[in-house]
Amino acid sequence: MEKQKGNIVAISGNMITIEFDGDVIQNEVGYVLSLGKRYKSEIIKITGNKAFAQVFEYTKGIKVGDEVEFSGEMLSVQLGQGLLTQIYDGLQNPLPEMAEKFGFFLPVGVELNALSFEKKWDFTPDAKAGDKVVAGSVLGSVPEGLFKHKIMVPFYLNGEYTIEKVTEKGTYPIEKTIAVIKDSKGSLIDVTMTFNWPVKIPVDAYKEKLQPKDALVTRIRILDTLFPIAKGGTYCIPGPFGAGKTVLQQITSRYAEVDIVIIAACGERAGEVVETLKEFPKLIDPRTGKSLMERTIIICNTSSMPVAAREASVYTGTTLAEYYRQMGLNVLLLADSTSRWAQAMREISGRLEEIPGEEAYPAYLESRIASFYERAGLVELYDGEIGSLTIGGTVSPAGGNFEEPVTQGTLKVVGAFHGLSRERSDARRFPSVHPLESWSKYKSFIDDSHVRKAKSILTKGDEVNQMMKVVGEEGTSTDDFVIYLKSDFVDSVYLQQNGFDPVDASTTDERQKYVFAKVVEVLDKEFTFEEKEDARHFFYNLRHKFIDWNYKEWDSDEFKEQEKKINEAIG
Amino acid sequence: MRKVCTRILSISGNVVTVKANGIAYEELAEVLTARGTSLAQVIRLDGEIVHLQVFAGSRGISTGDEVRFLGHPMKVGFSENMLGRIFNGSGEPRDNGPAITESLIEISGPAVNPSKRVIPSNMVRTNIPMIDVFNSLVESQKLPIFSVSGEPYDELLARIALQAEVDVIILGGIGLKFDQYMYFKNTLEEGGALSRTIFFVHTAADPVVEGLMIPDLALAVAEKFALSGKKVLALLTDMTNFADSMKEIAITMEQVPSNRGYPGDLYSQLAARYEKAVDFEGAGSITVLAVTTMPGDDVTHPVPDNTGYITEGQFYLKNGRIEPFGSLSRLKQLVNDKTRSDHRAIMDGMVQLYAQYREAEEKRSMGFRMSEWDRKLLKYGALFERGMMDLKVNIPLEEALDNGWRILADCFHPEETNFRTELVEEYWPEKAVSST
Repeated sequence: MEKQKGNIVAISGNMITIEFDGDVIQNEVGYVLSLGKRYKSEIIKITGNKAFAQVFEYTKGIKVGDEVEFSGEMLSVQLGQGLLTQIYDGLQNPLPEMAEKFGFFLPVGVELNALSFEKKWDFTPDAKAGDKVVAGSVLGSVPEGLFKHKIMVPFYLNGEYTIEKVTEKGTYPIEKTIAVIKDSKGSLIDVTMTFNWPVKIPVDAYKEKLQPKDALVTRIRILDTLFPIAKGGTYCIPGPFGAGKTVLQQITSRYAEVDIVIIAACGERAGEVVETLKEFPKLIDPRTGKSLMERTIIICNTSSMPVAAREASVYTGTTLAEYYRQMGLNVLLLADSTSRWAQAMREISGRLEEIPGEEAYPAYLESRIASFYERAGLVELYDGEIGSLTIGGTVSPAGGNFEEPVTQGTLKVVGAFHGLSRERSDARRFPSVHPLESWSKYKSFIDDSHVRKAKSILTKGDEVNQMMKVVGEEGTSTDDFVIYLKSDFVDSVYLQQNGFDPVDASTTDERQKYVFAKVVEVLDKEFTFEEKEDARHFFYNLRHKFIDWNYKEWDSDEFKEQEKKINEAIG
Repeated sequence: MRKVCTRILSISGNVVTVKANGIAYEELAEVLTARGTSLAQVIRLDGEIVHLQVFAGSRGISTGDEVRFLGHPMKVGFSENMLGRIFNGSGEPRDNGPAITESLIEISGPAVNPSKRVIPSNMVRTNIPMIDVFNSLVESQKLPIFSVSGEPYDELLARIALQAEVDVIILGGIGLKFDQYMYFKNTLEEGGALSRTIFFVHTAADPVVEGLMIPDLALAVAEKFALSGKKVLALLTDMTNFADSMKEIAITMEQVPSNRGYPGDLYSQLAARYEKAVDFEGAGSITVLAVTTMPGDDVTHPVPDNTGYITEGQFYLKNGRIEPFGSLSRLKQLVNDKTRSDHRAIMDGMVQLYAQYREAEEKRSMGFRMSEWDRKLLKYGALFERGMMDLKVNIPLEEALDNGWRILADCFHPEETNFRTELVEEYWPEKAVSST
């Protein structure tokens, strides 16, 4: 079939205007043919015979009159085994392969295959001729690292099909036809182990969406205990720059107890991504004994890469995450940062000369944010298995002000809010999640009454602290002062966590339950002190012992030894 | 063949439009006026209408002046001969030396493939305790100095440039005052660093648009040196002027402003420059230090705010000192585990105590009675400011750490601090321990 073509009539930044005859699809991919290269672009607005497209490359050198070839396909990603351990750019080009072929710099107008067509996989059929199937039904599986990668009926097929034939067990490349299915009219469809899916459309090949309930253990104490995340839930981390958003995401990506982690580094610093992609292969996941990379996909569109691809990268990550959820796995998508994604939308909206909303963000900002987070969820699949996709997005509010549109739009739709505070990061209290401002709608694995106790002490302690700033320490009663010391104690020994210490960096749920019970024991205990100085001395001493305790290996002799010292101190 | 237009359709701000065909986006052109020739760059194409931003400004341009398209984007020379030389924002010599015409390279080239970067691992020692101990500077880092006008940021920049062990220094000055420019030149000359320095200077007297090219020129040359295996330190001052120039063009082009008149792509534009900081696998590196003056000491102003999200930390210069709060080096964790076992603990512990000192100081200034603990904190704060924060302090890292322990032991008992017992046993000065 002859490809539909058009010509460029205007260029402004990464926006081009194309004049065309015939038909063009919204969100269709078009290739600008210029300087002997193919610049990928996406149609985002059509009026009359003019189509507006955002180009996923720098537009330097493109001319008015250059030809554009329409592909007839929406912007899609390739799904199939071999996605894990990959490092992609926002359009699913594998970066290491790019580096091998083109050296230090990212070439313009080049597309590489997302998955290897040569590599062979051990296919085991799991369905037989005569079975009725629908989109998402399992036909067989291949082992992919730690997981049993299910080969499914492509998600884009509508209605019910009957299996004509399934290929026998064997070793095949991904493009091999492994089943033939027949639709109700009797036409046959070949199914291979790979297919494409448009990134901006949610995958819905499951039976139903369920209410998230089980906690997702991140091993970060302040989150798990006070502001838990649920499997299939959503959360956001807004914070001013330097408050530790990315570090928190990195720690989560290492220790979170999920099957698969997808990191969408969207418009952020290249250096941080490099840390992840160079270190992950070396880090061993204690739960599996394998490298952390085996459960990870990195989508990397750093701030100096073209803006339009940044917008796509978030969707690319989500689609890959949804794909693995279809296999009954627990997937965590970390998007850092959704503000950059929103800014990309703003830039493009500006170039389209749309009427701007607040802070020049487009009017559809909130609905875009909402539909992005709505792609998370706990789902029951057709085979009865349960899969989940949890989405955690960082937000980088301008000036650290949470009133801005992206933060507000996000807070409306997420289930947990981990607000980072400049005050806490300045005082080196990490993770700098604010214990009084943050909230979560999900349930923790820690006893509810204990959590309430700690929260109430923290609130009261803050009140006393505020009061002391006015009336001074001498104007504060010893009882109040003890409350203040108790709140400072919880904060220092439990809420703060040293992300760079091998032991303290991750606290299992078992340990959290145990240690937190001990912390609550201190909070519950009535102490009487003669002087405030005595109280301070007592709590600082206790704090010191607890902090030492945090650095001891769980259940080790040193751990028990230290616990004894603490018990003696508490009395 | 070069395309020539003899009719200028519109002149507005520093942007002119002409009618031409077959012009490429970001192509260069020359505008020939009665006052001389100026470079101009294509910034928008709309059918036959070509929008050009004129580097020398539009003053004195006649609608009958000639515009010649050069058929290529902005380029800059690259050679060893550039060392010790001074250029302007169009890449032409500012000193009396010859123009560099050999091996021209395109500026604002493509982004580096993240998988070809290496994790930075070399500390850049500056002998400034507030940097070395608390916020170590790391090779290939990009770091701004946030400062109010009037702070000694030029001095700080020059001191780091002289003390850092690098092969090439590239200084990009945007909107520099003449005496600032002379200060850098003289200081680097006296320090014997001129022969490894290249200047790209745009002074406040030059046309605004010319300043826009400075970071790209400086970083393009820096990139070439880095690829040839050199360690490059790029100094940019002042990036707020750069952002303001962008704002000016954006408004002339009738773009929808996002925040305080700055264009919506401010973040991307700044990032494209800062992200040139890199450590190439198997080649050299670029470290970027940039001054960002904060209008009205407001860190939430769009320029410092966007910068903060892009860079790997920031040095916050206030009252002639680098503030421990607000200052941050995102990459310090990559190097400070290899220095000394107490480095991280001192770094966090001393600042935590200093934060408490600030609270005590606040209470004191409000006239509250000082508890024994408060008095300890006050003593500590004073010692900390004198021994660590003062920019005059010029000592190696190890000495600074020892200094830190001495200050702590002077003021506190070990258990009053948050230090782990093993560290206290190893580093707490003897005399103080025995007295507890």
